[in-house]
Order: sequence, then C-alpha cells, then structure tokens
Amino acid sequence: MPLSEAGRWGEINTMARLANKDALQKLRKSLQVVDRHKKDKLISLCGGSGCGAYGTAKVHQALVAELKKQGLQEKVEIKRTGCHGFCEKGPIMVIYPQGAFYPQVKEEHVQEIVEKTIKGNEVVDSLAFKDPSTKKKIYFEKDIPFYRLQQRIIFGNNGLIDPTSIEDYITVGGYSALEKALFEMKPKDVISEIKKSGLRGRGGGGFPTGIKWETCRRHEGERYVICNADEGDPGAYMDRSLLEGNPHSVIEGMIIGALAIGSKEGYVYVRHEYPLAVKNLFTAIQKAEELGLLGQNILGSGLDFRIHISRGGGAFVCGESTALMASLEGKPGRPRAKYVHTVEKGFRDGPSNLNNVETWANVPVIINRGAEWYASIGTERSKGTKIFSLVGKVVNTGLVEVPMGTSLRTIIYDIGGGIPKKKKFKAVQTGGPSGGCIPERYLDLGVDFDELTKVGSIMGSGGMIVMDQDTCMVDVARYFLDFLKDESCGQCNPCREGIKQMLDILTDICQGKGKEGDIELLEELGAMIQKFSLCGLGTSAPNPVLTTIIYFRDEYEAHIRDKKCPAGVCKALFHYEIDKDKCTGCQLCAKKCPQEAITGEKKKTHVLDQAKCIKCGICYESCKFDAVVVR
Amino acid sequence: MGKAIEIDWNIIENVIKQYSENREALLMIMQDISDIYNFVPPEVVPFLAKKLGIRESQVYSVATFYKTISLKPRGKYIVNVCTGTACHVRGAEKIMDALKQNLMIEEGQTTDDGIFSLAAVRCVGCCASGPVITVNHDTHGGLDRSKVLDVIEGYKKSAS
Repeated sequence: MPLSEAGRWGEINTMARLANKDALQKLRKSLQVVDRHKKDKLISLCGGSGCGAYGTAKVHQALVAELKKQGLQEKVEIKRTGCHGFCEKGPIMVIYPQGAFYPQVKEEHVQEIVEKTIKGNEVVDSLAFKDPSTKKKIYFEKDIPFYRLQQRIIFGNNGLIDPTSIEDYITVGGYSALEKALFEMKPKDVISEIKKSGLRGRGGGGFPTGIKWETCRRHEGERYVICNADEGDPGAYMDRSLLEGNPHSVIEGMIIGALAIGSKEGYVYVRHEYPLAVKNLFTAIQKAEELGLLGQNILGSGLDFRIHISRGGGAFVCGESTALMASLEGKPGRPRAKYVHTVEKGFRDGPSNLNNVETWANVPVIINRGAEWYASIGTERSKGTKIFSLVGKVVNTGLVEVPMGTSLRTIIYDIGGGIPKKKKFKAVQTGGPSGGCIPERYLDLGVDFDELTKVGSIMGSGGMIVMDQDTCMVDVARYFLDFLKDESCGQCNPCREGIKQMLDILTDICQGKGKEGDIELLEELGAMIQKFSLCGLGTSAPNPVLTTIIYFRDEYEAHIRDKKCPAGVCKALFHYEIDKDKCTGCQLCAKKCPQEAITGEKKKTHVLDQAKCIKCGICYESCKFDAVVVR
Repeated sequence: MGKAIEIDWNIIENVIKQYSENREALLMIMQDISDIYNFVPPEVVPFLAKKLGIRESQVYSVATFYKTISLKPRGKYIVNVCTGTACHVRGAEKIMDALKQNLMIEEGQTTDDGIFSLAAVRCVGCCASGPVITVNHDTHGGLDRSKVLDVIEGYKKSAS
C-alpha cells in the first residue's frame, strides 16, 4: 500500500494480531459483552455519499456541539454509518433503541431532536417522515414502506456499523464465515457450497460464480482474485455504497474466494471518482492486516493473502474483464478478444478470477447461512437478492434490496412510491448503457437475469432509471450513444464508427433534421454493431436505441414527420404556450422567468413572448395549474 | 493562466517512490500528481518514463486514455457536472447550461482568471440526489438552476 494513502488519511490505531480462531472468537465475545452500547442511546447518522451531498457533515457537527452543551456526550453514541439506502431523504438519522427515523435533517433541527428524542422518548412530529402516498406520518424506520418491503441480507448491516471500525463488523458476526471456511471446510467444499447456492455474477454478466472459481482453480500459475469496483454504469451506485458502508464484507468474501481458488494476491479495482469508497476500503484493509485477517498465515491457518487497491481513471470500458486487467497492469484499458478466458490467462498472464463488489459481499452470507437457505430465495435460475439503484422520476429514490424475481411494479410503485407530481410513467431503463427501456405493459415482469432479456433489456448491475411523461425517449437513446461514443476504446470499427454514425442520425432527429428511412437505418446499423464488435460494450451498445424504437416508435415518428418532441425536451421541436383557460394570472411564472419573457397583469391571462423564451422550463415546472403547456 | 508552473521535482520523486517505482501504478502516480497541480504538467512525462523504465509514448497513452488525467492546466476549482442517466433525466443539461452562462466558458474550458474549470463527468454515484455537481472533492446535490449558481457564488467568494 502506498504510503501516500496512509499519510493522507491519518493515523490508524494498532490492534493486537489474532493468532488463531479462538482469539477471534474471544475478541468477538468480548466486543459483544463489553457493551458497545453501554450508552443510553445510539444515533446512526448516514455518512454515505448521497447524504453527504445533502450536508451530513454539518448535521454531525451540530449534533456533537448540542450533546456537549446538554452534557449528554457520555450517554449518547453517534455513529457515522455508511449508506442507509433511502438517499432521496438524506441526510438520514435513526435513533436507537427506539428506531426513531428522521429524514432530511438540517442543523437547525438538531436541538429539538436532542431535546425530545434523546432526552425524552418522543419523536418530533414536525420532523418525522411523511409517507408521500398516504400523507401520514411514520415515526419508526421499520414501519416505512420503503424499508419494510425489502429483504436486506447484504445491505442491512450498513446502517448499523461504522465502516471504519473492524470491531463493529466483528460484533455483528463479521469474519465468522471466514473462520468457518478456513477451519471447517476444504477449498473444494467452499466451491461446491457456492455452486449449490446458485450465486451468479452481480456485475451484470450473471455467470455462475462457483463455476468461475472452479475453472480458475484448475489452471496452474500465480492466481489472482480481483474485485471489480469500477461501477461505470451511470445510474447505478450500489457497489459504491457497499464499499463505503461495509467494506469488510467485500474483503471477507475475497479472502474466502482466495482460499477456494488458491490465490495469494488480490486486487480491488475501484474508481477514482469514489474517494470515500477508496478511503474506507483502505482503512478496512489496514485494520484487517493488523488483526491478522489479511497477510501471512491468516488466523494461523497457513493461508497467505494480501489485498491491494488500484484506482481506475473513469473509463466505462474498464468494467470489462480484459480491459480491467490491462488497466491493473498500468496500461490503457482496452479489451482483447476472449479466445482465452481470463480465468486461464488474465492479469499478468496468470489465472485471474474477477467478481463484482456485490458478488463478493454475498459470499460470507452464503457460507454462514448455507447454500440451501440462500437458494430458497429468488427464482429458479436467479438465486438470492439483488440491490437495485432506483433513481430518476420516482418518489422514493435510493438503494433497494429485494429477492430476485420481484416485479418491476412492486419495486417502482410499492417501494418507490410511484411517479412524483402526479405525472405519468413512461418507461424504466434497466441495465445501464447496455440495457434497454421497458414500457408500462411489462411492469409485472419479475426482475432476474433471464426475464428482462425477453423484452430486449437486461437486469445488468441493477441500475433502474424511471422515466415519466417529460422524458423524451429519442433524447434518452441519443444520450446513451453520446455516452458510449466517448467511452468506446476505439479499437474495433463497428463500435468506434458505428456508434458515431448512429449518434449523428439521432442528433439530427432531435434537432428536427430527421429523414424518412432514418429509423430503418438505425436498426440496420444497430444489428451490425451487435454482431461484429469485439467486446461486450460494443455488442450491447445499440440496445437503448433498438428497444426505444420497438416500444416508442411513435415518438421517433413524431420527431421525424411532425417535427415535434411530444415530451418537450428537444429544444428545436417544441415551444411552451400558456393555456388561456387554465392560467389564473398568479404571476408566479412571470416572476421566475430569467428572460422576462412572460408578462401579464394579476388575475389576468399571461402572455409568453416566443422570441425571448430560451425554453429553460422554469415556468413549466413552477406552474401550479398546468397552464404552461408543451406544444 | 498560460505561464509555466514551477515543478517541485522532489515531490514528484516522492510520489513515484511511494508506489515503489512500480510501472503498474502509473495511472495512480499521475492521479496523485494531478491532486497537487490540478493537472499533469507535460514536463513530468519524460521523467515518469525514465523512473518507471517505460517509453514516453506509453505514459502518453495512459495519460490520454483516462478521463481523470488532464495534460492541460485546469482551474483552482474543477466543476464536474454529473451527466449520468439519473441526473440527465432530472435536468443535468440545464445545470450545465446555467454554469456555461455564468462562468462564460464551454465544457472543457477554464476561466481566464484560472479559478474554474468546467467539465462533464459520467456518474459520480450520487444518483438519488441528482442533479449533482462535484467541485474538487466536494459533492453538491439536489440542484436546480438557482441553487447551482448559489454554490458557484460560494466558491467565487472563497477564491477572492
């Protein structure tokens, strides 16, 4: 580990090395007994990146100051945890033992919360969570539909532990799966357990994990165990939240994998854009090394295994296995043809086993609770749970962990609370740039590795972006190709040139320059790129375009034939108008318009000057009477 | 901007040493250099090549492949507008437009006073808080046109 990282992130207290499994068990017992919660109350404050963006740090400071002022600092513990998942409502605070839940906490709320909930046992009604669908207040975390309908076997510990504390992880049973694998199982037992569990790769490929491990073990040479934390799919952030909130679960999974595969060296390839994930992972590795859970002769078992961090540089293609391994070697991340698989010849030409963050985090759970239990969750060919990142135009955005096979409707409506502002659902985009857009008539499909492929999309790594009536599907297709054009590594013609050509056509369509025959040409180009590209990025690149053509052909036609963008996104193809019958003359839009393009007296119909309008949409979003319309 | 910066070669050498002069760490070495100067000064390329025992072309190929590395000087504050899908459907383009107008620069450019650089980034993993921008290592979420301009005003004040 480079010294610079240690220097940058401060000193870490040293702990005594655990010589054997008895020492680990003793430590766990003492942690559980020596009461880590001897304090009266525990405040769990989400310190994930989502809540951080809404200002967790300020709330934390205010909380520390207020507790000190009230002389309560000895009685109350503040835990800055990882992501709780309900990121829309951040910063999130949960106060135990009651489980009182406060969303969107601000500095100025802290005093009242300390007064009522910490000193007393009351939940402050005005600050409590209001269910957007029933408009009723809900006081406790467990009663909130967003959480109640989930099954959080992988993500659940995030809200309970401080990710920088290995003690916290050990207290909740952490590293007991490692203990079991090291001392009660042989490598082949571990592999057969993972095979029996039916675990498949959570990065999106869905390859059976146990078979991958077995194949890698069969090949001779210096074997490597690698964790893919490059999470390049825009709109998906479950891997970030797992690494930030519970890094030890990933490390434990990797050590078990190393035992099964026979590897001495592991790498985590993580995006540079995820600084908190890198920091928490670094701390976790350091602490695991100090305790002898990583390094030489782990817990006296004879297993040697180290984990290194490699920071990627923001290239989507580096999520592809061969590109990732080239990047690990310090080269540009360009994929190669996979005539020889990476489990045989990968990183440094050694047999290399690559699994995604979430896959690794599933491993300790399977070893602890058994393959049979695990396989009882999910569908016939997709076992266990999956974490989805439910984002976009949905009321409750955040991370959602549900059993495989849960329907899109349950996820979007029951957990997600539906579409905000009474707008109409249009599509859900799954699987990132390699996936597709699924229309309303397929909302009852269960989400797993196989089901969504039937309608032209994929589950992928779990990104789920909800789109409403204000989303233009042609623009979305153009958006994805614009993304992929930048991310194409440029090695093979179909991907490099084909995507560019498709993008040019789509850009023309969005600017009102679409021609008859464009749709057919897009389909033809798409089929060519799918067939002849070198790697998975290229072969799946046309998916967002092809699925939107299948399900939203009318929108394409409106752009091309009528020169209209029905959703009001493509600026050249629509304008705003004020509906005379609906306008009440409230003057709100006129006040907000940055161009002073709207005029009108109070209580009289307003007028919009098209020459001044820049189509920023502020009037459309602010009108309470739906009087600003897209034409 | 425009004037050449002073490079402290001891610092560069230390960064390389921290990674044990391992050529596999080339990208991370450049990221660390970037944290110091906000870009990788092209003058360090031959130095890196020599220290790591690789060709200059190899250093350039890595420097130009990855988006986190810039060989051109960037401003004191690097403003990255997240244009991930979730931010896109919630109006990231409007945020970008507002910033372009306010800072009077295009994507990929730096203001004349060298304070701000503007760029688009593909997903910073704060999808539930979109639209989001990052300014150096800080993240600001839940933005709209006026909120993002408030954020920028804050940085303008602390820069002056």
